[in-house]
Amino acid sequence: MNVTLGTLVAVCGVVALAAQAPQTPAAPSPQQPSEIQLVISGEPGTPPRYAVPDFVALSPDVADAAKTLGQVLWEDLNFEREFYMIPRDTYTTIPVARTAEEVPFNAWRELGADAVVFGTVQKVDANTVRVQVRLFNVRSRQSVFAKEYTGSATTARLYAHTISDEIHQQQRALRGVARTKLTFASDRNREKVAGPVQNRDVKEVYIADYDGENQRRVTTNRQLNITPVWAPDARGIAYTSYRRGYPDIFIALIYQGIQETPTNGVGQNWLPVFSPDGTRICFTSNRDGNPELYVMNRDGSNVRRITNNPAIDTTPTWSPNGTQISFVSDRGGTPQIYIMGADGLNLRRITQNESWADRPTWAPAPFNEIAFSARTGPGFDIKVYDLASGTTRQITFGEGSNESPAFSPNGRHLAFASSRNGGRYEIYTMARDGKNVKQITRDGSNYTPSWSN
Amino acid sequence: MRRPITIFLVLLTCAGACAKKQPPLGPQPAPPPAATAPVAPPAPGAPPPQRVEESVPVPAISEDSIGNRTLDDLNRNSPLQPAFFGLDSFELDDAGRAVVASNAEILKKYPTWMVTVEGHCDERGTAEYNLALGERRAVAVKTYLVALGISPDRLRTVSYGKEFPFDAAHSESAWSKNRRAHFVITSK
Repeated sequence: MNVTLGTLVAVCGVVALAAQAPQTPAAPSPQQPSEIQLVISGEPGTPPRYAVPDFVALSPDVADAAKTLGQVLWEDLNFEREFYMIPRDTYTTIPVARTAEEVPFNAWRELGADAVVFGTVQKVDANTVRVQVRLFNVRSRQSVFAKEYTGSATTARLYAHTISDEIHQQQRALRGVARTKLTFASDRNREKVAGPVQNRDVKEVYIADYDGENQRRVTTNRQLNITPVWAPDARGIAYTSYRRGYPDIFIALIYQGIQETPTNGVGQNWLPVFSPDGTRICFTSNRDGNPELYVMNRDGSNVRRITNNPAIDTTPTWSPNGTQISFVSDRGGTPQIYIMGADGLNLRRITQNESWADRPTWAPAPFNEIAFSARTGPGFDIKVYDLASGTTRQITFGEGSNESPAFSPNGRHLAFASSRNGGRYEIYTMARDGKNVKQITRDGSNYTPSWSN
Repeated sequence: MRRPITIFLVLLTCAGACAKKQPPLGPQPAPPPAATAPVAPPAPGAPPPQRVEESVPVPAISEDSIGNRTLDDLNRNSPLQPAFFGLDSFELDDAGRAVVASNAEILKKYPTWMVTVEGHCDERGTAEYNLALGERRAVAVKTYLVALGISPDRLRTVSYGKEFPFDAAHSESAWSKNRRAHFVITSK
């Protein structure tokens, strides 16, 4: 269990009531003690239809949490599009079950549900709640998933996210992203940089839950802080900061309040990106007089230059196994996407027909793809290059300018910055086919998202 | 516009005051015509009153008009002009070189000034690549300044990519102003 709670304080003591040995007091015992089919399927050729009603508040003062749990769990399960989620406003005719024994399977069946969630919330003491949840196969009336969580009374969304991830794992062997976070740069504080030049907007690093909730400021230095990227452990954020008057790389350990400065003023350094194992950072630096790519250990030691070309080399991304780096170079006259080994050898160019391509981001396995932004007119659109076939598909189509794609850790979604809504850049997420676009930020202008593990 | 009128009033007031006083000791030049003119409304139909103005030297148009200004003031109203670049380009064109050359003359005049050359880009490029493009613009200007005899020790470069547009509008005119090398005087 990697419930990444960090400063959210709530320590989810997860007491697994073992999905393999579900408590199924309600259903009449099957005639044979046969093996329980854990995976709920739908009608042939269609995804299973899920219903997630409000959780039941077993204490009077957790009614809001009970409602939030149901709503957020529905949205989390809907996000991966593995299930058909029956809209919650159609449940009004279904009798409300107060206990697992009362779940009205016939009514759910009439609504077309293949699976229904039954959950409860109960206050244990002033600051602690206990959340219990079961997933029932409506046809067999068997509980195929049963878990109990306890922790802070204020983190209802986190229980829902945890349940969603576990259901996706159990039912679909899918790594859900409900507990992941986004980081991005924002000027929403509307502060101005102090200094000799007037009227320059401060940008600070922010984080948000994957669904845009709980947006929080990470940096507070009132300078330019841009291009944040998550460390693979989702506890650190490396970013480019101008707090010393020039771009340099900083790492914020957000749950410890510690700042690391791995490059520490050797030249000017920007656009850091962690290797998939978190031990190394690739970045752009002008320390030898020209924008080139370097790799260093996370602590700043063992710096190695991996490009050597009078043109610009910048914007690196690591392959999922850490052996290759994709980056941008204008050595051919315009910014294009290239791939090379992490040692700088075996260079090849992968974009051929773009006038300007930038911000490659390598999809995690099993997707063998690199997303990037490409100039398609006055603005940019997100495209995805398939390494196996060498083909490129476009997934945004001229709605504003679309830049800085970042894959979710399961590779099924991308976050990106777009000016589609009124000209200001905001962070959006979309599925890897370009569908299900969802706006994440609405305050100020927001740029360069990165998606945590 | 206000100054001549003020001076005129001051002189009139002085004229009245002087008329009631003993002339100061020592030889005096003849009183100026204004001092002897009658202070009375002109008769109807008379020619308009004679304009009386004194040329006042501007206090300090010496080299110190620049040298005496504070850093903040200098940067707000900088004697160092920005150099502009073509789309996606980091090469100085003739106009850009002329601006940099004129800035170099000023830097030679004030040899203690330290300057940061900022490279900026318009919003039509991507945020990431523009950080490098702005770097190349700043370095192009620095290289030319050094070729013109400015010590590299006095020059720093920094790229802000497209983070700090000079003109936030989304037009050709704004973009052409935003593709620039901006000079910031950091000490003097």
